[in-house]
Amino acid sequence: MDLILEGIKKALWLLLTLDPEVRGVTLLSIKVSGTATLISLLIGISIGTIVALSEFRGKRFFVSLINTGMGLPPVVVGLFVTIFLWRNGPLGFFGILYTPIAMILAQAIIATPIVMGITLAAIQQLPKRLQLQILSLGATRLQMVWILIKEAKLPLLAAVMAGFGGVISEVGASMMVGGNIKGYSRVLTTATVMETSRGNFDMAIALGIILLLLAYIINLILTQIQQRERPR
Amino acid sequence: MKINRWVTLLGVISLLFLHGKTSVGAQQKTIVLGTTTSTQDSGLFEVLIPIFEKKTGYFVKTIAVGSGQAMVLGQRGEADLLLVHSPAAEKKFVAEGCGINRRLVMHNDFVIVGPSEDPAKVKGLRSASESFKRIASAKALFLSRADKSGTHVKEMDIWKRSGINPEGEKWYQQTGLGMGQTLNVAAEKKGYTLADRGTYLALKKNLELSILVEGDAILLNAYHVIEINPARWPKVNAAGARAFANFMVSRETQGIIKTFGVDKFGSPLFFPDAGKKEEELGR
Amino acid sequence: MHNARCTINQLVPILEAKDLEVERGGVLILSIPFLSIQQGETLSLIGPNGAGKTTLLQTLSYLLKPFQGEILFRGEVVNSNCPVFEYRRKLAMVFQEPLLFDTTVFNNVASGLKIRRMKKEEVRHIVEENLDRFGISHLSHRSARTLSTGEAQRTSLARAFAIQPEILLLDEPFASLDPPSRESLIEDLERILRRTRTTTIFATHDRLEALRLSDRMAVMNRGKILQIGPPEEVMNQPVDEFVASFVGVETVLTGKVVRSDGGTFSVSISGQEVEAIGDALLEEVVTLCIRPENVTLSSPSSHEITSARNVFLGRVVRITPLGFYHKVQLQCGFPLVAYVTNQSLRNLSLTEGKEVKASFKATAIHVVRRQGR
Repeated sequence: MDLILEGIKKALWLLLTLDPEVRGVTLLSIKVSGTATLISLLIGISIGTIVALSEFRGKRFFVSLINTGMGLPPVVVGLFVTIFLWRNGPLGFFGILYTPIAMILAQAIIATPIVMGITLAAIQQLPKRLQLQILSLGATRLQMVWILIKEAKLPLLAAVMAGFGGVISEVGASMMVGGNIKGYSRVLTTATVMETSRGNFDMAIALGIILLLLAYIINLILTQIQQRERPR
Repeated sequence: MKINRWVTLLGVISLLFLHGKTSVGAQQKTIVLGTTTSTQDSGLFEVLIPIFEKKTGYFVKTIAVGSGQAMVLGQRGEADLLLVHSPAAEKKFVAEGCGINRRLVMHNDFVIVGPSEDPAKVKGLRSASESFKRIASAKALFLSRADKSGTHVKEMDIWKRSGINPEGEKWYQQTGLGMGQTLNVAAEKKGYTLADRGTYLALKKNLELSILVEGDAILLNAYHVIEINPARWPKVNAAGARAFANFMVSRETQGIIKTFGVDKFGSPLFFPDAGKKEEELGR
Repeated sequence: MHNARCTINQLVPILEAKDLEVERGGVLILSIPFLSIQQGETLSLIGPNGAGKTTLLQTLSYLLKPFQGEILFRGEVVNSNCPVFEYRRKLAMVFQEPLLFDTTVFNNVASGLKIRRMKKEEVRHIVEENLDRFGISHLSHRSARTLSTGEAQRTSLARAFAIQPEILLLDEPFASLDPPSRESLIEDLERILRRTRTTTIFATHDRLEALRLSDRMAVMNRGKILQIGPPEEVMNQPVDEFVASFVGVETVLTGKVVRSDGGTFSVSISGQEVEAIGDALLEEVVTLCIRPENVTLSSPSSHEITSARNVFLGRVVRITPLGFYHKVQLQCGFPLVAYVTNQSLRNLSLTEGKEVKASFKATAIHVVRRQGR
């Protein structure tokens, strides 16, 4: 119990004094996970919408693949990304292993199926006739897709939350492809693991609390938007 | 329209990264150092690397894993140099042509730690293998890292010398974790374990474990730098690796190693050994 | 295509369909050899659920593909060579459900115009005009999700009219409304259609809605048009049993108002006067609907005192047994249908060709005012 209190005290101290190292680690967490989430939104929403709106052979199979991908274990993603990015691996010429870019890549791979799956469900639950209504208002196919996405914005906000929440709290892949390099690829989760193994529990707890706080604030903002949009 | 705002945001964020140290052109300025968790956990690199980077302009990426995994990275040419403590494996590594220029940097030593109640009655023994025998016959809980790290290799070496194969025994538990975490598990479960002194000292304040056995020659833990053979892996940053290896054995660095940890733990965590032969250690 | 607007030829139908066929799962669900709609007319499609009304509307608007046959807009074939959305931009469709977007009422009504990338000022002007038309200006800034069904359907109609379509397609737009809001919306729509003279195709299963709003009526079943023509014709001279059972239940009479005073008025039908309740203007053309169960038959010699205002002498044209009762078609100078129980049929000893007295109350007449059409 003392340890937790110590940790909370330390967390507050680190937050209040804007400790440069903690600040750097926190900012990098936001940058990496934020960018990964944005990329996963672009890919996940577009492919999710296309799949939801089209009929093709093997659609069921594809949808089940996406749904399985929603639970993709981060360490497995980390492992494969590492192997691909090795200097002598198939994508080694990029030279991005142990960089934040590799972390963004891995996290985007983790978040994309989540966003795609939620998008798919969100678009499919819109009334079928809404598509006809939009087309009959004179929309081109592209305009229709855009309007449908706007109609599904509330569940899509949930996709943002799920995607961001999934990657910012992920540690396995970030550790493997980022290398937890001080001041460069160290994020909140990997720093927490390291401080724990160093026995700096107070610091580890402080980092954990900052991570929780961050996840909470971002979800709070998105929930706020979502609730404001809800029917009264 | 909203989409424009998203695109702008994305653009801004990617710019932020392009400004960073990640551009591909800077490849030859980065050095990938494969090393062990025990050195990272001690905090030594956080002192040494900034000095090196400032002096040379290189950027060092420290990948802290077990000695075993670090050597696999080296074997595949994924690291530029290694700082590891698993002598037998290192010799094989160099013999196979994977690494060159293996040089002794420093040592610390291993200690057998356990609960102060000491159910196997090993406290005060000189011989590590004798201690392990007692632990085995008392069926007292022993925690092994089992991660092919230098510490794990050393532990297995001691078991071999004591003529015991603990594998599969109920009292012998494998954590698969790093040194720090294994120490935490040992403290929690009131078990014995083999630890490097540096990590133990760093964690001591939160552990209810005491040093029970120390000073046996077999318990010495020597760290070597090995440059990865550029003839084998052309993509390796050979110049950077050489520079960092030279830095590690330089007078200045050796001086820092000598005093590192004294202010915090009252005794140094490592003993500088540059220029010595492995056989001379512990004398 | 745009030049066509300037050279509108009143003789060319605005929309024509030839040999239209839609097949789903090997079953022919729509088969229309020929259909033509004139500029400014309102055509109602009437039929039971599954008759193919929706399929026809969606095919005409190119929302349902694939199909066989041709659709001609102002004499030109609509084909998939030029973007279909350009053709669709001449149309507007309103469905049974309002299908509003998750935004304000204003933005909903503006949506069709925004899709056309119209300038903001212009959009505002047109939207306000249409909000006003449908009496929903006060809801302008409300979220569409907070609207009642009636308000939502008004918004949906305003959205369709904002486009200023050349053809308006309505697919049972009143079916999900409760009677009061339905009545007031039909009144408003009738008024607006009369003013804008928008060509309209209107699917419904309600005979009275069809009668009230349309110039022509097409009865559909199983993907086919069984009969098409002016409502009175279809209702009084159904071509077959199905049409008869679906629309030919009531007597439908059209005539001019010859007398009107505070609450009652008389309509001249084939030289005879029929009295009805309500307000109507002198010389106005109205349609009267009389349900067969409200017509009472009695012996021509009887001197029973009746409270019914309308008493006519007629001849029995045809008697059809319908189980517990019989349908009796009369000729009283105008056609009239009555239901009588088997018991009274025997008491009156009715046979075809026999004379009989028919009476119905002024209050039993449903009046449809068709002013200006």
